[in-house]
Amino acid sequence: MEPINKVVSVVTPLDRKNVDTDQIISKEFLKRIERTGFGKYVFYHWRFHEDGSEVKDFVLNDERFKGSKILVAHENFGCGSSREHAPWSILDYGFNVVIAPSFADIFHNNCMKNGLLPIKLTVSEVEELLANGQQQPYSVEVNLEKQTVTGQDGKTYSFDIDPYYKQMLLNGWDEISLTFQYEEHIAKYEERVKQSV
Amino acid sequence: MAKNIIEKIWDQHIVYEEQGKPDLLYIDLHLLHEVTSPQAFEGLRLANRTVRRPDLCFATMDHNVPTRNRDAIKDPIARKQINTLQSNCDEFGVELANMDHPDQGIVHIIGPELGLTQPGKTIVCGDSHTSTHGAFGAIAFGIGTSEVEHVLSTQTLWQTKPKTMEIRVNGKLGFGVTAKDIILAIIAKFGIDMGTGHIAEYTGEAIRNLTMEERMTICNMSIEAGAKAGLISPDETTIAYLKGRKHVPEGDAFDKAAATWLALASDEGATYDTVVEIDADEIEPFVTWGTNPAMGSGITSHVPYAKDFESESDKEALKQALAYMGLEEGAPLTSIDIQHVFIGSCTNARLSDLRAAAKVIEGKKVHSSVTAIVVPGSRTVKKQAEEEGLDAIFLEAGFEWRESGCSMCLAMNDDVVPTGERCASTSNRNFEGRQGAGARTHLMSPAMAAASAIAGHFVDVRELQATKA
Ligand code: SF4
Repeated sequence: MEPINKVVSVVTPLDRKNVDTDQIISKEFLKRIERTGFGKYVFYHWRFHEDGSEVKDFVLNDERFKGSKILVAHENFGCGSSREHAPWSILDYGFNVVIAPSFADIFHNNCMKNGLLPIKLTVSEVEELLANGQQQPYSVEVNLEKQTVTGQDGKTYSFDIDPYYKQMLLNGWDEISLTFQYEEHIAKYEERVKQSV
Repeated sequence: MAKNIIEKIWDQHIVYEEQGKPDLLYIDLHLLHEVTSPQAFEGLRLANRTVRRPDLCFATMDHNVPTRNRDAIKDPIARKQINTLQSNCDEFGVELANMDHPDQGIVHIIGPELGLTQPGKTIVCGDSHTSTHGAFGAIAFGIGTSEVEHVLSTQTLWQTKPKTMEIRVNGKLGFGVTAKDIILAIIAKFGIDMGTGHIAEYTGEAIRNLTMEERMTICNMSIEAGAKAGLISPDETTIAYLKGRKHVPEGDAFDKAAATWLALASDEGATYDTVVEIDADEIEPFVTWGTNPAMGSGITSHVPYAKDFESESDKEALKQALAYMGLEEGAPLTSIDIQHVFIGSCTNARLSDLRAAAKVIEGKKVHSSVTAIVVPGSRTVKKQAEEEGLDAIFLEAGFEWRESGCSMCLAMNDDVVPTGERCASTSNRNFEGRQGAGARTHLMSPAMAAASAIAGHFVDVRELQATKA
């Protein structure tokens, strides 16, 4: 995956809680056997009417946020299905960072494996970001190394991230290659199990 | 020190641990299906990797498969996905119950049916309802496709040890109240993110009294409570279910295994990071009215009012949900008309579910404005139901009787609820568009869905059952 450290962009304020992975990528787009090309389907039924025309007041269709790399939403982002197509589609659309007060576990894991940075801020910090972003385009700089989000007005928020995943994201490591370095431990474990049966 | 079952199983499966890193956890059983696996197999091929333990993998086709006219999948992309699973399993030596195999079915139904699911195992699948297998006292959780690839090539996963949660259901269930009502009531009471970062153990008298199939319904929806996994300590009910199943040891080996399994149960005095409780006798037959599984109420109740909620974001969520669902604040649940009934899914498509629904509809007719389908969870369930004559009861009443698969639970195949129409569904998710773009899903038990099919609107199934008894 692509390494990620600094991201500078206006934030896209998605004023919703419990955004589930069915909304992020609807099932009719899960039949593809590739990892790529899902961006055009992200939030499909929120972006488009049934006749294919744009839903004007949906935030992703707002010209001011075109090209944004940072999505901000309320609690429990990514709940529901385990489909990794959700982070694939968010990344492919152009976002590199999602900021929310909390994330569903599987979605959070899936982000880490794909270089999509999930940032947890407090509820009030997220509300502030959303409010700023809704008034007028509001730009922030995300710095993973320093674990900070800094607004255009200088307002800085810091966030926690598991050091293991931080390294993986910063370096764009392939986790499977890393795990192969533990092959000896895996083989030993299997040997122990075999003997205990 | 007294340990709970979650800690016991976790500790047994640690391959490697180090400060500052997640644990490297061994995986005992990896279930696969057509939708979340193709990119993982492709990843193996690109990196020139193999499947480390094909003997610990088992695959089936369920999400995408048609429930009628199976030989002709019209959608070429869907067909390609099905064919890809077949060729991947052939290439990497993974056992597969394909569409024509007698063991085919929804992955979370056939794992237990075949005895692949056993107490004490770590079980994963590229599907969030993997939590179902926790009913046996296993740590079972859903993973993404990158993790599927990781397990295929290493049989392990890096996992941060989750917190533990006890969900205790005290006392006895009232007349006509089912396992589905328990789990919907729990989620409505504590919220869809109550379990985030936790593995939950369900305990208490009401849980102990459940059959294995009912326990699977409960654990299935752990993910709807946001938990990574949900499980129930094994007991004699668990052992009796497992005995004689295809992949379960026999004779002395079974007795030895059974003793080990029973010893996994949480120790007396074990503690948890979080404990929540609910009284079984406060639970009614449940129906959801909104767009997530926590948006539900007992059948004698009504759609809530905005004023019932404190926070602005909850009021806003209610407004959005009701706009999508086409419902008014305060509407009695029994006043809501439906056009579709779906009895199926990994939550409620086992034999006991079909029996419960059949009992309600026997000798009655599906309402003229309702289309109703039954999709058995596996080919085995279908066969057993047919041997008992359940198919005849459903057909006689006006239900359609289909082949097994996920079907209208996520509507990836042709089984779709049209825009703006309303479905009483025994599945587990009522998210916007889940059963079709613009479709309105209401979750409930098989008995409640069956009763709605007859009435054409939601009804309290207990009234029907009471007159029958
Ligand atoms: S029945 Fe529904 S919830 Fe269960 S595995 Fe299939 S799609 Fe997922």
